[in-house]
Amino acid sequence: MTSLPNPAPTKKLGLVIDLDICVGCHACAVNCKEWNTGGHSAPLTDWNAYSGAEAEDGEDTGAWGVWFNRIHTYEAGEGAEARTVHFPRSCLHCEEPACVSVCPTGASYKREEDGIVLVNPDTCIGCKLCSWACPYGAREYDHEDGVMKKCTMCIDRIYNENLEEVDRVPACVSTCPVSARHFGDLGDADSAVSKLVAERGGYDLMPEMGYKPVNKYLPPRPRKDTAGATGAPTRLEALAAQAADAVPTGAGGSKLLSWVDAMLSR
Amino acid sequence: MHPAASVIFFTSASGAGYGLLFLLGIAGAGGLVPGSLALGLVGFALSLGLITAGLMASTFHLGHPERAWRALSQWRSSWLSREGLAAIATYIPAGLFAVGWVFLGETRGVWGVFGLLASLGAVATIACTGMIYASLPTIRQWHHPMVVPVYLVLGLYNGALWMAVLTSTLGGEAELFLDLAIIAGLLAAAVKTAYWRSIDRAVAKTTSGTATGLGDLGRVRLLEGPSTSRNYVMREMGYRVARKHAAKLRLIAGLLGVLVPLALLPLVTLGSGGWTMIPLFLAALSGSAGVVVERWLFFAEATHVVTTYYGAEAA
Ligand code: SF4
Ligand code: SF4
Repeated sequence: MTSLPNPAPTKKLGLVIDLDICVGCHACAVNCKEWNTGGHSAPLTDWNAYSGAEAEDGEDTGAWGVWFNRIHTYEAGEGAEARTVHFPRSCLHCEEPACVSVCPTGASYKREEDGIVLVNPDTCIGCKLCSWACPYGAREYDHEDGVMKKCTMCIDRIYNENLEEVDRVPACVSTCPVSARHFGDLGDADSAVSKLVAERGGYDLMPEMGYKPVNKYLPPRPRKDTAGATGAPTRLEALAAQAADAVPTGAGGSKLLSWVDAMLSR
Repeated sequence: MHPAASVIFFTSASGAGYGLLFLLGIAGAGGLVPGSLALGLVGFALSLGLITAGLMASTFHLGHPERAWRALSQWRSSWLSREGLAAIATYIPAGLFAVGWVFLGETRGVWGVFGLLASLGAVATIACTGMIYASLPTIRQWHHPMVVPVYLVLGLYNGALWMAVLTSTLGGEAELFLDLAIIAGLLAAAVKTAYWRSIDRAVAKTTSGTATGLGDLGRVRLLEGPSTSRNYVMREMGYRVARKHAAKLRLIAGLLGVLVPLALLPLVTLGSGGWTMIPLFLAALSGSAGVVVERWLFFAEATHVVTTYYGAEAA
């Protein structure tokens, strides 16, 4: 049913992506492809996979294929103030997803129990309208299968009792080497992800579109250009003072120690 | 947006077909045309033929055409589903009206009611087609209040051109449909020009800044894309016709669509004799070709907000 669940789901499983620490290594995208090419929407077909050519419109000589997660890199700001920001992009499992309501077949749907947006590959006719309706480029068409594919929030991992409990998170989250990706219930204000969003000022992409994405992005922290701005010297001074206090007076070799004390106290 | 040939053919062919069906319904019920076998046969063959060919073409670009029937199920939320239902529902009164006209020579009374219902179905179907595009917030050139009126007026215009051809050759109030074609043509030109002015002036709300949320840091530009070659999203949504080509193509659409037919139609009205059929037929062909160019442009000029993730500054 492509009408949205009513009442709206209270559980909102989603991702929180930390743009401050993402290093743009593409590991999440690769592990996503790895898991999902055997998962709910399998396979994630590739074309001309070993071609080194560029693909242009009309000629399919280049390598391309279906991916659920793609990593862009942006430069923001000017000159010395410019920042390089790595930006993973996947389905945001929106609360008002027009991709679902435009679907004529009911193949696209939003789950009542956890808000996850899925495509049923057995009923999708491959009209592509949903991909036009998605502002975020999250849906990719599989020419081989003739159906639309998209992020499943690893529906086949997160509830999978055959996996260790620690592995019951989306593949991208489990693989991120810097822990820039967090998974949880954004509908629960007390969840770790909700607190993280509140604390770090997590935000919506393209809020003007009104799709109310569930996934949130954490902004890069303010830039620190001098060692002083990191707060390290203040902490070192405190440590030095502690060390000085710890030196027993009058103990053997006190001259050396009091010299060290004097040096550290400068 | 990538202009898919099947979708362009579908909207322009079915637009003309429904325009013609609309006029056949009204003219038949109102007694403006004779309920002759010839006019009935040719009129329904042309209108239902264009509609059916268009609908068939629209299934060509599907990944699973054999599942097309499923597209009728989600009318509660989907304009594509509503369009499919309206199209199929329109066949019923149109078929009955055709039976009355062709086999019984009856176009008025009860049969006329079927005609009017077919006309209503024609309008509803074209409006649904327009709404498929107008309901997408992701493309500002489509999410526009004038999109549905443009689809309706162009359908009426092409329908009137072909109705003028039919009535001049097979009998009926040809003058009336010639005048209607001229008025609808002028109206179409006015509405489409106003639409183009409006989309050219509008300022895009979505920028690479709002797309990434990094706008506070300054101008946001793509340093590296996610893939080494063009992926599905870039191919489907990233197609964009260059500004200078767009201007030229608009001119071509206007020339073929409206100027050539409006220059030819007075020859038909003023002249007499069999030769007037030639300019009239050419006018109808040119007007239809103009709509094909207009539909191609409708896609090629549309900028999707997702392009702001792929290097566009705004969309
Ligand atoms: S990100 Fe796109 S595909 Fe995912 S729910 Fe939102 S609109 Fe739909
Ligand atoms: S491509 Fe499939 S999922 Fe998308 S709108 Fe069409 S039928 Fe629905």
